Amino acid sequence: MTTTAPEQQSEETGRTAADDPVGQDVLPAPKGASRALLRSLLAPARGAVRLTVLVLLLQQAAVQAGPLLVAYAIDRGVPAVRHGDHGPLVAVGVGYALCALASGLLQLAFIRLSARIGQDMLLDLRGRIFRHAQSLSVDFHERYTSGRLISRATTDVESIRELLNDGLQELIAVALSVVYVSVTLLYLDWGIGGAAVLSIAPLYLFVRSYQRRAMVVYGERSTAMAAVIVKFTETMNGIRPVQAFRRERANEAHFAGLNSRHRRSNAAAMLEMARYIFWSRLVANTALAAIVLWGAYRVASDELALGALAASVLYLRRLYDPIDRLGMFLNSYQSAAASLEKIAGLLAQRPSVPEPAHPRPLPERPAGSPGREVVFDGVRFAYRTGGEVLPRFDLTLAAGRTVAVVGSTGAGKSTLAKLLARFYDPTEGEVRLDGVPLRDLAVPELRRGVVMVTQESFLFSGTVADNIAIGRPGATREEMERAAKAIGAHDFITALPEGYDTDVRKRGGRISAGQRQLVAFARALLADPAVLILDEATSSLDVPGERAVQAAMRTVLRGRTAVVIAHRLSTVEIADRVLVMSDGRVVEDGTPEELIAGTGRFADLHRAWRDSLV
Amino acid sequence: MMVDTRGTPRSPARSLLRLWPYVRPVRASLFAAAAVAVVASCIGLVIPLVLKWMVDGPVAGRDPSGVWLGGALLLVLGAAEATLFLMRRRLIAHPLARVEADMRADLYGRLQRLPVAFHDRWPSGQLLSRGTSDLMLLRIFLAFPMTFLLVNGVTIVVGFVILLMQQWVLGLVLLAPVVPLVVLCSLFEERYSRAARTSQDQVGDLTTAVEESVLGIRIIKGFGRHHRQERSFMGLAGRLRSTELRKAGLLGSLWALIMILPELAIGAALLLGVVQVADGVLSAGTLVAFLSTALALRWPVESMGFLLAVTNESATAADRFFEVLDSPVPADGPVPDRTGDRPAAADTSMPDRDGLRLEGVEFRYPDAPAGSPPVLRGIDLHIRPGETMALVGTTGSGKTTLTALIPRLHEATAGRITLDGRDIATLPRERLRELVSIAFEDPTLFSATVADNVLMGAADAREADLVRALSVAQADFVHALPEGPGTQVGEQGLSLSGGQRQRLALARAVVGSPRFLILDDPLSALDVHTEALVEAALRDVLATTTALVVAHRPSTVLLADRVALLSGGRITAVGTHHELLRGSEEYASLMSGQDDHAYQGGPRR
Repeated sequence: MTTTAPEQQSEETGRTAADDPVGQDVLPAPKGASRALLRSLLAPARGAVRLTVLVLLLQQAAVQAGPLLVAYAIDRGVPAVRHGDHGPLVAVGVGYALCALASGLLQLAFIRLSARIGQDMLLDLRGRIFRHAQSLSVDFHERYTSGRLISRATTDVESIRELLNDGLQELIAVALSVVYVSVTLLYLDWGIGGAAVLSIAPLYLFVRSYQRRAMVVYGERSTAMAAVIVKFTETMNGIRPVQAFRRERANEAHFAGLNSRHRRSNAAAMLEMARYIFWSRLVANTALAAIVLWGAYRVASDELALGALAASVLYLRRLYDPIDRLGMFLNSYQSAAASLEKIAGLLAQRPSVPEPAHPRPLPERPAGSPGREVVFDGVRFAYRTGGEVLPRFDLTLAAGRTVAVVGSTGAGKSTLAKLLARFYDPTEGEVRLDGVPLRDLAVPELRRGVVMVTQESFLFSGTVADNIAIGRPGATREEMERAAKAIGAHDFITALPEGYDTDVRKRGGRISAGQRQLVAFARALLADPAVLILDEATSSLDVPGERAVQAAMRTVLRGRTAVVIAHRLSTVEIADRVLVMSDGRVVEDGTPEELIAGTGRFADLHRAWRDSLV
Repeated sequence: MMVDTRGTPRSPARSLLRLWPYVRPVRASLFAAAAVAVVASCIGLVIPLVLKWMVDGPVAGRDPSGVWLGGALLLVLGAAEATLFLMRRRLIAHPLARVEADMRADLYGRLQRLPVAFHDRWPSGQLLSRGTSDLMLLRIFLAFPMTFLLVNGVTIVVGFVILLMQQWVLGLVLLAPVVPLVVLCSLFEERYSRAARTSQDQVGDLTTAVEESVLGIRIIKGFGRHHRQERSFMGLAGRLRSTELRKAGLLGSLWALIMILPELAIGAALLLGVVQVADGVLSAGTLVAFLSTALALRWPVESMGFLLAVTNESATAADRFFEVLDSPVPADGPVPDRTGDRPAAADTSMPDRDGLRLEGVEFRYPDAPAGSPPVLRGIDLHIRPGETMALVGTTGSGKTTLTALIPRLHEATAGRITLDGRDIATLPRERLRELVSIAFEDPTLFSATVADNVLMGAADAREADLVRALSVAQADFVHALPEGPGTQVGEQGLSLSGGQRQRLALARAVVGSPRFLILDDPLSALDVHTEALVEAALRDVLATTTALVVAHRPSTVLLADRVALLSGGRITAVGTHHELLRGSEEYASLMSGQDDHAYQGGPRR
């Protein structure tokens, strides 16, 4: 038997980011998905949005009224005062004070309202991403990679937050102020107003062309930044091998290259912005000068009142003021649009392991025989990207028995386990638990039925007790301790600085790989499932640890159906039945004694193992 | 661990001044840009004066040529303003990109050299945010707020001088709200920055929740706990939402104040001005110019609050950056004579072939609670030249910790470790790590080709070494990968199984034929058959190498000449496998399965 052949069919190999549609940043999504997402996020806030726009309309009216009042004061107030009539002056004073108060208070109301809308949308979006990621199958998670998923839920949401927080209200304010100023200018004087409105056209074209060029430079900058982040994270997460293999200098050289690429694109983005500011300012200032000149000429020829010209000048400056901010808004809009597209792509993924619409319960088990029968009926499994892992097979695992599955890496053992745990659904056929297809079980029912312990030993932040309690939320401390004692984890846990209440992420909370695995076992014991799957779950345990696990299976878990996948044959000794897998097929099947006595692969493996124990 | 910077007294100015070494090389451009900005801003103030001059002079005097002159002046000033804006940004674009890149390079270099204990304490996300968002914020600070604090300060002063010169009474009216504004703003500012800090922390918690839900997805799914995860996530997200709304409320109040007070002052000045114009004390043109100047000053005044807030945040970012940069890198051994930068040169520094020796070695984690017992104490162990020593002990007994002391990934807190008679504390780390090669329990591959990943174990390894190392580790699967040893692996490439990664890590450790080899449970993820093949190949390598092998299994122990038993932080027994089986109950129980007859056969070698 060679060791290399099966590796090629290994479920983890043979797939690269390039040939897998899921292994990409932007997932395929139906056209217009990001717009539909935005609409559905905004839908509950429709009323609030209307109210906000109304508040802003009033607020801008109050703000824009200032120069109008100035014009009124000069044109009407001055002559009136000269004639001893203080009425217009008092009106201006009261009006100005009211406008000042209104603009400030309405601004407060607007900020609060728009923050509420924005935050509600973000809460909704965060919830959707989180829920959706949780509902997607393990298969998806393995292909999309954790890094991508995390950045969808963090940096991409963050860029949308920035747009909602600062950008959007800016844009509405800018748009409204442009409309107001134009209308006021037109009211003051048709000529000046018309000229001002016409001057907006070249500015608009200008903004559009900037938008196109900015997309390129900012895109380049964020690509460069992503490369920096990947290198940075990889180095920090692999700091042990980095230092042990003296990679510091080589890394620095590589990082310097990535860093200078980012530096160049960073400068390019700043220069693009500089050009935008220059041209838009130049156009705005030229328009201002031309309009003022024309206005002055008309005052000189008595076609225009002096006050109207004075007010127009003030308004004109305001008309052109927000151009710079518009540029910044466009930048945040662009990055938010890109993020929204990525998020929409993620949300468009359908879970390949959906929850049943009409769940069925599992039949009651008689007391004393908690295990359940497992049937693989005509099951075949292949990845959607092609590549058959398990050819069609039938298999029945009797209730209450322990079955060991052995075979070399890539033989399909883990896939078998994942089908039984319903991490995947079979491509054909079905898996049944006491006659009920797994597809028809609601999640809580399924997890009372089947629990899997893997070689991964991830701990969640929180205390050791919190981590064990994942097996059965609401379990008492006594129940947890009983589970930990049964698995031989109690001693090391009580030796931690705060025992079960030690925070696994804080000081003194260092827990070795083997100890983590024991915690994972304690969790599984607490869950007390009908079927327990151990997928290489003892690989980091020492011999006493492994023996504690075996003892627990004979006592606490007695009568459960168990599927044990192991490289180590010591685990197999306690099995009632052994399946030997190779290239996705069960090639040997029998009791340990039968197989050892035979001449098959298992007998060979067993002999090799016996020798190794010498 | 979150690093708590709250409560430590600091001055934003002092924190920001620490940026000077990075700013120094580009100071000329930065100062020039600031000067340009001041000039541009002054032009912005002159434009209303030109308008006044036009209204009062040529327009009132019906002088068309004067109007043309004024228009031309306005055009020139407008073009000058735009050009100065362009100049300012052009002056700073490359220099500031450089400052950001320099700081990032320094941070990265420092982090690579900080001890593993530092990285144990700091989540990589925390370090990353210092290397990305904090530095971006600092660049933005240098580009805008820093300049505009100066420019707007000058603009406000100059503007008020102009106002007071035009009409000192009206000017004083406008100045009236300054004092209450400053007091109220600083009050809000303090509450706002507290809320902002809370929100930053809550974002951090939320990020952690997301990360864990993704990394622990198999556990969550395996136990059907996603509804619980959702509830706790939504709880965190809801708390963040309340904080953000509180922030918005504070910000809104601040804005309201900043808008209302100056506007009221302008209104009062308007009334007063109208009366004065009516009395003939003031010309209409002067009033218009006065009010334009006042309105032109509104933005600089309004922006001060925002600028100060950004400055405050930037100071925090600078603190976070220097927090890492100030972390001490433990002293290195003397740098060897680099003229003879070859292994031969170093050989002379370690004349006696003494093997690896640990004497009275003690270790406690730097962040261990005071008074807790050390993880390792009084470790004495001698591995003879060419000998292979297995290290055995219960789960969590400190085996991995002990191996980390030899290449000084962790520093022993007492005692000494010698390689061929040379104290490792006197060796430069780089040289030490050339001598000692290690295969970690958790095999990490970097985003690079398979060949690069293996060859990083040796500085001058060749193609032939690669082939030999791959065959020792039984990693022939490499040749069947899409591009053979040139295949990209790691986060951005092909993902390999645990067993495959472990074999590549082993190949990496042996590729340079190191003098000292440390293997941390090197075969745990291999199936029995592959394990036997790797063992056979490893024996040849170990025959000529001084090695320490952490072992959980009898099969791995049998690679070793002798075994050391680690128990209770000490080496309690050293001997051959069979000596210990007979002499140490603990060892026998660690090694034996239930069926003791398995151990009755003779040794295989």
